[in-house]
Amino acid sequence: MSAHAETDCLNLTLNIWRQEGPHATGSFEVRQLQDISTHMSFLEMLDCVNEDLVSEGREPVSFDHDCREGICGMCSLVINGQVHGPQPETTTCQLHMRHFKDGETITIEPFRAEAFPVVRDLCIDRTALDRIITSGGYISVNTGSPQDANATPIAKPDSDLAMDAAACIGCGGCVAACPNAAAMLFTGAKVSQLALLPQGAPERESRVLSMVETMDAEGFGNCTNEYECMAACPKAIDVSHIARMNREYMRASLVGSSP
Amino acid sequence: MAQQLDSKCPSGPIEERWTRHKFALPLVNPANRRKYTVIVVGSGLAGASAAASLGEMGYSVLNFCIQDSPRRAHSIAAQGGINAAKNYPNDGDSIQRLFYDTVKGGDFRARESNVYRLSEVSNNIIDQCVAQGVPFAREYGGMLDNRSFGGAQVARTFYARGQTGQQLLLGAYGALMRQVKNGRVQVLPRREMVDLAVIEGQARGIVVRNLVSGEYERYSADAVLLATGGYGNVFYLSTNAKASNASAAWRCHKRGAFFANPCFTQIHPTCIPVSGTHQSKLTLMSESLRNDGRVWAAKETGETRRPSDIPEDMRDYYLERRYPGFGNLVPRDVASRAAKIECDLGHGLGATGQAVCLDFRDAIAKGGKDQIAAKYGNLFQMYEMITGENPYEVPMRIYPAVHYTMGGLWVDYNLESTIPGLFILGEANFSDHGANRLGASALMQGLADGYFVIPATITAQIAGRSREAVDTNHPEFARIEESARTRNEQILSVGGGRSAESIHRELGLIMWDKVGMGRNAAGLQQAQKEIAALREEFWSNVRVPGTSDHQNPGLEHAARLADFLELAEFFAADAEHRKESCGGHFRDEYQTEDGEALRRDDEFAYAAAWEFNKVGQPATLHKEELSFEYVKLATRSYK
Ligand SMILES: Cc1cc2nc3c(=O)[nH]c(=O)nc-3n(C[C@H](O)[C@H](O)[C@H](O)COP(=O)(O)OP(=O)(O)OC[C@H]3O[C@@H](n4cnc5c(N)ncnc54)[C@H](O)[C@@H]3O)c2cc1C
Ligand code: FES
Repeated sequence: MSAHAETDCLNLTLNIWRQEGPHATGSFEVRQLQDISTHMSFLEMLDCVNEDLVSEGREPVSFDHDCREGICGMCSLVINGQVHGPQPETTTCQLHMRHFKDGETITIEPFRAEAFPVVRDLCIDRTALDRIITSGGYISVNTGSPQDANATPIAKPDSDLAMDAAACIGCGGCVAACPNAAAMLFTGAKVSQLALLPQGAPERESRVLSMVETMDAEGFGNCTNEYECMAACPKAIDVSHIARMNREYMRASLVGSSP
Repeated sequence: MAQQLDSKCPSGPIEERWTRHKFALPLVNPANRRKYTVIVVGSGLAGASAAASLGEMGYSVLNFCIQDSPRRAHSIAAQGGINAAKNYPNDGDSIQRLFYDTVKGGDFRARESNVYRLSEVSNNIIDQCVAQGVPFAREYGGMLDNRSFGGAQVARTFYARGQTGQQLLLGAYGALMRQVKNGRVQVLPRREMVDLAVIEGQARGIVVRNLVSGEYERYSADAVLLATGGYGNVFYLSTNAKASNASAAWRCHKRGAFFANPCFTQIHPTCIPVSGTHQSKLTLMSESLRNDGRVWAAKETGETRRPSDIPEDMRDYYLERRYPGFGNLVPRDVASRAAKIECDLGHGLGATGQAVCLDFRDAIAKGGKDQIAAKYGNLFQMYEMITGENPYEVPMRIYPAVHYTMGGLWVDYNLESTIPGLFILGEANFSDHGANRLGASALMQGLADGYFVIPATITAQIAGRSREAVDTNHPEFARIEESARTRNEQILSVGGGRSAESIHRELGLIMWDKVGMGRNAAGLQQAQKEIAALREEFWSNVRVPGTSDHQNPGLEHAARLADFLELAEFFAADAEHRKESCGGHFRDEYQTEDGEALRRDDEFAYAAAWEFNKVGQPATLHKEELSFEYVKLATRSYK
């Protein structure tokens, strides 16, 4: 710990998106904030904003958060135009104020995409992602029927690659970062995880066909290879999973299993 | 209500009890199940696994959670792993040994029958999860890998990098969403349960507040399952997610469900220390790190050097010194208390002196940086993100933090509370962990409850009792909805000068100082007075702006805090009543000469199940005496 960092404090100007509900028109509220410790997380800084608002008798800013350790996928802010802020492989809740400068102006907005309507202020509705999973993002196995866990060996490289894909936290940052608001990285990660595992084989075709179909129906855009999704992904999910999904999709269309 | 506690534990040889009990339970014809509605509150490991399994069986399930998606429940944050008695590494593990370790680890305050059942189904859980596509870590030969975890001398922990909870929850969530597609389960996210409808003595529904519209909604059912997690956030600072709360359980307690052993709380030894007054939660560093990291404090008091500058002969590897048998792998309660003792003695490190070191220097020298990175890469990265320090180069600083609550609503062997038809699963029940939970056993218990226990035992209510059809027009629904609404309006109308946030922080300080790791009668009495006064202050001076007819995060937090302020006093009273030290409950007055916990089995070998009377008034104690037929009562020793 560098000794001087202890005392480092920031004064900031914030432009915070406020919107009363899905159908209301929103606007930025400008707020000044003093003496923010560089040890604070970004959300702790927003806690300070909310404490100020309460003392003024005003309703706090709504923003989604829960685990505050980068795993639940609740937090979902666009900070100075960047999904989850300036640090690579970092969720909003893991971003710390040491990455900002004294006197800086910070603009804070919700993830924006047609498929993610605003609920209130910085809070959005991401149930479209749940509906993509509902359409087939699982292995159909009932409780109680399986064989012994070690009955089917799985090569470590495959299992590791499946885990890389499974690390997706479902925050929707990929959608917000994509100029087309595509959900290819999110959907690709799940398709890829299950395609890499032998357990996923029986539903290999139907899964990819239904998930892609739902993704389109939910109003997500198309992939035009911008790679913004991967750059914004806090878990560094690789675009090769999109490529695998595309191959799976092609294959399934040829094999011709209907969802 | 003069109620006799009947644990409904079967008798006979322990290995046969669960099988025999299942056989004795009534069955529900598959064709009829659709006619029965089951409410499942919570979508963590316990709730999601229960809702999915009951859906597969054909019941009509309604599943509620606070988050915007069931996949985001607090279980997602579990890092380290999940236990099972598979004995894949051939190191002498067995159901018997997992059972023994859990009873002993819980310091003999758990029910033997339940613990045995938990150990028994542990293996099915792993099979189930692998079948769902959970990518557990594997060895090069393609078989599943295991590691050892605090309190165990065998490697029985399955893991998925440092994201085991996430992978298990996503498995359960997938199963849940499959039932949504099949029309068996309806998922209702962004809903907060605010009360329980007890009609003619049975739990028949709930009232929730819709966290988007602010409206109150009523749901009726044939049975209600609560899987709402633990109440660690009563300490304000804990490793729990911010929305984790006690409200659902507490409201059920006020409707007649007994609450057991609230003072049994786990303080986890390896968390990132507090860095300032702005701190909003604490981050856990998985205990698996203790497999390779060595814990040390300064040998002398007044050490001001940076940990990496402190020479070897000035470091005290106090766990290895005090517990040569288990060393760095002693159970959590032992490790946490030892860290507190070191810091209290002035051997702590860093700017605050409230930290000890977890050092990977030797492990990196031995196995290389890559090996450590492969095992713990994401944890090291997380540590660096939060502290700005690189743990490959300097020792991690750690300190204990509130992590898990062993106490919870009392349940019988069927997981049913003292309100018929109300079942409690996962961390929300008073659990199979006694006075201390072993690492990697919460995930096991949550999934055991949801996948394997409740699908069998729910028939005790569904087929075992008769009841009239009830819909949400029943006057009881109107009454409880009105009481929930009035309470929220009251909170909004106080219009005082203090934020809920600041009151919650103050509550946390009282709890940590007087009801935390070192408890004594005077402190516990003082805490109860201070909490009662703080509760008064809340109701006369809190300031919660806005209205309740839309999403209002300030109101949501304040309403949960109001429940914590009641629970906290009750918690301290339970701690005062338990005049012994056991597991996570350490009373200064009851310790051995060398400072270890002194259990008093003659007087306290019972689960304390409390019946609610009135806010601010003592609850009534009902004792469930615990008998130990298979694991002999003995003083725990990890020396
Ligand atoms: C950081 C961390 C790491 C951990 N690591 C491990 C580990 O490695 N191994 C291990 O075994 N255990 C671990 N644990 C413990 C374990 O994760 C938890 O005990 C377990 O996940 C709890 O699961 P649950 O299903 O009971 O509840 P939770 O996962 O807490 O879920 C609670 C659910 O209830 C809902 N809910 C709550 N209140 C209401 C309400 N009023 N209305 C509607 N819904 C409500 C929530 O929305 C949520 O869906 C860890 C815990 C933490 C904090
Ligand atoms: S709050 Fe959970 S990922 Fe950010």
